[in-house]
Amino acid sequence: MIEARNVSRRYGDTLVVDDVTLKLPERGVTSIIGPNGAGKSTLLSMVSRLLPLSSGTVLVDGMDVTRTPGDALARRLAILRQDNAVTSRLTVRDLVTFGRYPHSRGRPTVEDRAFVEGALAHLGLEPIAHRFLDELSGGQRQRAFVAMVLCQDTHYVLLDEPLNSLDMKHAVAMMKELRRAADTLGKCVVLVLHDLNYASCYSDHVVAMRAGKVAFQGTPEELMRPDVLRGIYDLDIDIHLLDGKRIAVHYR
Amino acid sequence: MSTRSPDSPPLPEPAFALPGPVASLPLLFVAGLAVLVLAGASLLIGVSHVSWDALLAPAENQRAVQVLVISRVPRTLALVLAGMSLAVAGLIMQMLARNRFVEPFTAGTAESASLGLLAVTIFAPGIPILARTAVAAGFSMAGTALFLLILRRIPLRSALVVPVVGLVLGAIFDAATTFFAYRFSLLQSLMAWTTGDFSSVLRGRYELLWGAFVLTVLAYVVADRFTVAGMGEAFTTNLGLSHPGIVALGLAIVAMVTAVVVATVGMIPFIGLVVPNVVSLIVGDNARRSIPWVAVMGAGFVLLCDIAGRVVRQPYEIPVGTVAGVVGSLLFLHLLFRRDDRAG
Repeated sequence: MIEARNVSRRYGDTLVVDDVTLKLPERGVTSIIGPNGAGKSTLLSMVSRLLPLSSGTVLVDGMDVTRTPGDALARRLAILRQDNAVTSRLTVRDLVTFGRYPHSRGRPTVEDRAFVEGALAHLGLEPIAHRFLDELSGGQRQRAFVAMVLCQDTHYVLLDEPLNSLDMKHAVAMMKELRRAADTLGKCVVLVLHDLNYASCYSDHVVAMRAGKVAFQGTPEELMRPDVLRGIYDLDIDIHLLDGKRIAVHYR
Repeated sequence: MSTRSPDSPPLPEPAFALPGPVASLPLLFVAGLAVLVLAGASLLIGVSHVSWDALLAPAENQRAVQVLVISRVPRTLALVLAGMSLAVAGLIMQMLARNRFVEPFTAGTAESASLGLLAVTIFAPGIPILARTAVAAGFSMAGTALFLLILRRIPLRSALVVPVVGLVLGAIFDAATTFFAYRFSLLQSLMAWTTGDFSSVLRGRYELLWGAFVLTVLAYVVADRFTVAGMGEAFTTNLGLSHPGIVALGLAIVAMVTAVVVATVGMIPFIGLVVPNVVSLIVGDNARRSIPWVAVMGAGFVLLCDIAGRVVRQPYEIPVGTVAGVVGSLLFLHLLFRRDDRAG
């Protein structure tokens, strides 16, 4: 269970995350949505101890993230941030293998190798596994980073905008892969998403943020209603039912 | 780093990429052999005549044996040890600063070590070499830490701002050193450690470099940590490692290696810059794989520069620092033009 208690983050005079108290479901896919600057990424970074909290507490399975030893947390929770300006010339396979570091301490076993090959296969990276990161397109690199984080094989997988720079085919494949991780492996996947329709079609639970606070929590069906979305985005958004899924249309 | 749209066609296979660690091992072996040949040549080149013939009949040629044992072997070992450790120190710096254009001699590390040596010369001239080097290491650790601290404060750091910051910082240390050396009439002594020169290396005067070698081996043992740190702070934390801890460890290794080299043979620029960049092109940046390459090629580079310095104007010598500066800067310019798009 990931639990945030009265979590705030302040940059100078601005409160970016304002006294958020939140419990995330133990399993399934949870999406965090909301307008720019709502504090989604900041909250995710604080939950994953990448960013210090200005006040409040974050507990992961009862462990305070600011005090738990980093390696213990690294076997329980994995995080991928939004902009990953990695300049190292690592091959895709080397990068993904580093995802096993919390388990293998740099000496991958046969079991670790199997995890690596599995993650490469699931994200369609086998043909480019021997290539260096700086020779890949943005989308290929993004898939390699997600493969690394999945290879870490943690119960909690936190991804900040995992669909960044992916084309439609790969975005759908990515969401299916995350759905599979939640369904067959019982993981807790937490995503920051900008595309409402991906959140609607692939999540079990949605958290909407606005101006540093949680503005809404519930199922995608409860979220995908014009009045709820208007409260979050200040925008009239039509909802259409297509094949049992609620699809938002907001291009007008 | 170039940005490409997600649906652009995959890049062509680069010609210089090697398939993997296994395939690059025989090449590493060949490179190691080449360094051994260079080391053998280094034993035989010099003003005093030393040849294999003379050495195989030691009874009549005591002088050749003496030259070999007292001067040539120590000099060659010093070249190999200094080259290996400086190149690996450069690699570590580049990973810690996450920038390909830094090395101990462009980031204030060597300059602050030099300031430390001057301080020792002024305040405690009689202390043993080990203590001198320790003080220099302390100074260079502080100088390099200051460099990394300034880097953290610069919000939008472009690939080229980072080395400029290092050069500015180094120039400030250098100016202070020169000022005090001038005031205390020590400009002559300053030359001893600002210009890298192996001509004065004799048995009993270089052994501290083995310490630098031990530090290089230590760097290899913890190579994975440096690779992880090179991916950035968020990745390091995510994988359960302490980024400040790795930086402190790397800093200590780099500062001690630099201090030892500056105190024993003087400054040799560009090795830490050129060698890791060349190796990165061939085997990439996984330190577990690249450190052996960097060490072997660093040794080879310094050997070549020193041999060239000995041969060009026989019987005089050009200091290795000068040769390395000329060769290294040309090589580095070539690298800059060649791989500008993956500079930072």
